[in-house]
Amino acid sequence: MRIITEAVAGSLESSDLLVKVSPSRDKTLEIYVTSDVIEQFGTQIRHVVDDTLKRLAVTDGLIVIEDKGALDYAIRARVQTAVLRGAACKELNWEQLS
Amino acid sequence: MEKGQINNLIQELSAQCPDLGSLQSFAGASSNVLHGNDILQNRRRKLCASLEEAIQRTGLEDGMTISFHHAFREGDKVINMVMGTLARLGFRNLTLASSSLLNTNAPLIEHIKNGVITKIYTSGLRGKLADAISHGLMDTPVHIHSHGGRVHLLQTGEIKIDVAFLAVSSSDVFGNANGTRGRSPCGSLGYAKVDAEYARQVVLLTDEIVAFPNTPISISQDRVDCVVKIDEIGDVSQISQGAARTTHDPRELLIARFAADVVEFSGYFKQGFSLQTGSGGSSIAATRFLEKKMISNGITAHFALGGITSSIVELHEKGLIDVLVDTQSFDSVAAESLGKSVKHLEVSTNEYANPSSKGAFCDQLDVAILSALEIDTGFNVNVITGSNGMIRGASGGHCDVAAAACLTIVVAPLIRCRIPTVVKRVTTLVTPGESIDVLVTDHGIAVNPARPELDARLREAGLQVMTIEELYNRAVSLSGVSDPIQFTDRIVGVIRYRDGSVIDVVRQVKGCLP
Amino acid sequence: MKLRRSMLFLPGSKAAMLSTAFVYKPDCVMFDLEDAVSLREKDSARLMVFHILRTDAYKGIETVVRINPLNTPYGLKDLEAAIRAGADAVRLPKTDCANDIHELDAEVARIEMECGCPIGRTKLLAAIESASGVINAVSIATASKRMIGIALAGFDYVIDMQSQRGDGAKPELFYARCAVLHAARAAGIDAFDVVYSDINDDAGFLKEVELIRHLGFNGKSLIHPRQIELLHNAYAPTEKEVSYSRRVIEAAAKAEKEGVGVIALDGKMIDAPIVSQAQRVLQRAEASGIRR
Repeated sequence: MRIITEAVAGSLESSDLLVKVSPSRDKTLEIYVTSDVIEQFGTQIRHVVDDTLKRLAVTDGLIVIEDKGALDYAIRARVQTAVLRGAACKELNWEQLS
Repeated sequence: MEKGQINNLIQELSAQCPDLGSLQSFAGASSNVLHGNDILQNRRRKLCASLEEAIQRTGLEDGMTISFHHAFREGDKVINMVMGTLARLGFRNLTLASSSLLNTNAPLIEHIKNGVITKIYTSGLRGKLADAISHGLMDTPVHIHSHGGRVHLLQTGEIKIDVAFLAVSSSDVFGNANGTRGRSPCGSLGYAKVDAEYARQVVLLTDEIVAFPNTPISISQDRVDCVVKIDEIGDVSQISQGAARTTHDPRELLIARFAADVVEFSGYFKQGFSLQTGSGGSSIAATRFLEKKMISNGITAHFALGGITSSIVELHEKGLIDVLVDTQSFDSVAAESLGKSVKHLEVSTNEYANPSSKGAFCDQLDVAILSALEIDTGFNVNVITGSNGMIRGASGGHCDVAAAACLTIVVAPLIRCRIPTVVKRVTTLVTPGESIDVLVTDHGIAVNPARPELDARLREAGLQVMTIEELYNRAVSLSGVSDPIQFTDRIVGVIRYRDGSVIDVVRQVKGCLP
Repeated sequence: MKLRRSMLFLPGSKAAMLSTAFVYKPDCVMFDLEDAVSLREKDSARLMVFHILRTDAYKGIETVVRINPLNTPYGLKDLEAAIRAGADAVRLPKTDCANDIHELDAEVARIEMECGCPIGRTKLLAAIESASGVINAVSIATASKRMIGIALAGFDYVIDMQSQRGDGAKPELFYARCAVLHAARAAGIDAFDVVYSDINDDAGFLKEVELIRHLGFNGKSLIHPRQIELLHNAYAPTEKEVSYSRRVIEAAAKAEKEGVGVIALDGKMIDAPIVSQAQRVLQRAEASGIRR
């Protein structure tokens, strides 16, 4: 999936996360994560984000995440939403999203 | 009698009993009086025109120990003001022994950096000050003690207060003071009473000087050296902010309801039982649910202990709790009740929780409902550091009450914003697991295996009882396993158990202050 | 016999609620993708609900997804998400006629087949929100074998009726409530009453619960966790009801054991519906004890 436009998903409410995606200028994939629980769950959050992007076949883009203690399911959901919005993709491929 | 004649008497006495030779002969009615000849001036001798004057009179010097109390909690204005003045006057190397320190005490960071304060004894630290200390601001570790433990340290002499600066809601010119009269009533002066007892010099700060004699007398004139009037000692509306508030959060209410169920079926819910609730949302809310049970079972309590809240006062006024034993008034309703109810007692921390006191109220306590930041599978409790290793709480009366009460219940949500409360091993040990009987979370209840009869009773009553390992697994299945926190070897805090022993330490968190 | 006293509504867009609401143990939880979610957030909420359903956070609680109507750009995608994530049931808003259910049924069957899950696994609930819906309630309730319940949704219905929401007994809902209830009984499915929106008015809420329980509603839609405990307690049987029900069940068991065709208790004949009633009472007692 190719991110062609800026997009945002989620919120800064407690237990949620705000995901901003934008097209990459140099065909790289840059991921920045800040979190209220970065010391305890930074590794885990990063793992879920990476996995979610991989399954959507996102190989380049700028992904910025501000996490407020969201559980894994919410991280997947918001990242997927942001990417789909950023790719202007209306079709849902359930294999990629599962 | 002539002077010469009196001297002869001494000689005669000495001849008869040699050790009486050192007695002094009378030399006039006002020759040995401490405070000067002017009777009317004497009456007002304690009044100082300014804080600076009071400080000067106390003879405070570098390297000495000063103390404060925290009855005004987040609304306190005295601690920062006095420390600011001491810093301005050039004092250095002071030991600060405040009964606790809160978010509002962030200005102390500067004083620590400038060497005004080099040692701290406190029951808790919060906010920016706590963050800075967690990141290694101080050269010597902070001593974190319980409320009862503080008195013990005063009695052993480890803490020797040179000057106590005590904010009081009202005082007369002679130093009779209380927390219930005046513009800024804080209620119980439980902590302050102890400092007034043990400090070498006592300075009272008040925004209300009343006619002599002030009543009631919480701190007596015979312990007071100086009285200073200032503009505002504290903002009473801020007392119930932060840790002590009534909740509407459905999760906290669920936990409170479960806690009340545990009390009901514990075997300790009998006519004349006694109760303490801590300052967390669920603990305070549990009283609402207990009220219904007390009414429907026709049970009243003989006393409630500890930090007193408006919820407890309500039960007292409804005749459901006979006596309130107040060491700290958590809101204005409690402060007002202390002022008007004969059976609402003010007690010092020594009477409340000191293990080496001749009599501590917590020893007579049946049921305690307390909170926790973390609890591990051995039921050990951490109330001082967050799961990221930063100091952000208070030891308070936790280990005192937990050790002494017949039934100690800890209430906490299983997960707070992805952070599990139930862990394999607490980040910092404050209250040992042997003092904790039941954990109540929103996901279920766990009973300490050392209390099998309690476990059986609760299960039979149909409560949602599970093992603490099951609760731990539930937390992990929701949040995931957390990374271990990175600490350096350097110790920034020493956790003192109520008997003065060292039960754990807090190490410096790796990384920089954000 | 599945107990469905409480159906807790959760907006599909609110992470904090989705992450924690299972602790309140409602009988059913309804993840809302429709009215509680703004148009801009439909896609986001859908994925949130999809993913939370795939965890076992709500194990033990019946999961329902309120999809958008099928004639919106969202409805079909919501349906795909709900079925693929394994929701127990789907609730169709604004059900006006049996054909709405037929249409839904067909799509559900197609999706179940496509994703390889057992055909018939996904159940259906219809929400009646208009005069037409009320009039067609019976044919809606019997429109599909997947139907497990029919719910009255008060807000939109009252607007459609050109009526006004009142307090207390709400006479404006009287006929609709009865119609929905009768349709449910005729079809052998559950009936659900409207949401009570003043979450601080316990007395008003309990009065309404007493009314609908009396009428025979199986449960009610709830919008706040604190309503769950109040509702469950109101639905809990009294001591007297429980002891009578126990005796009925004992008498039925005795009659079966002795091979006697007729069940007798206190000189009266007890027929099958009374035995079912007794079973329901004991089931409620099992779930939440005796009424306090």
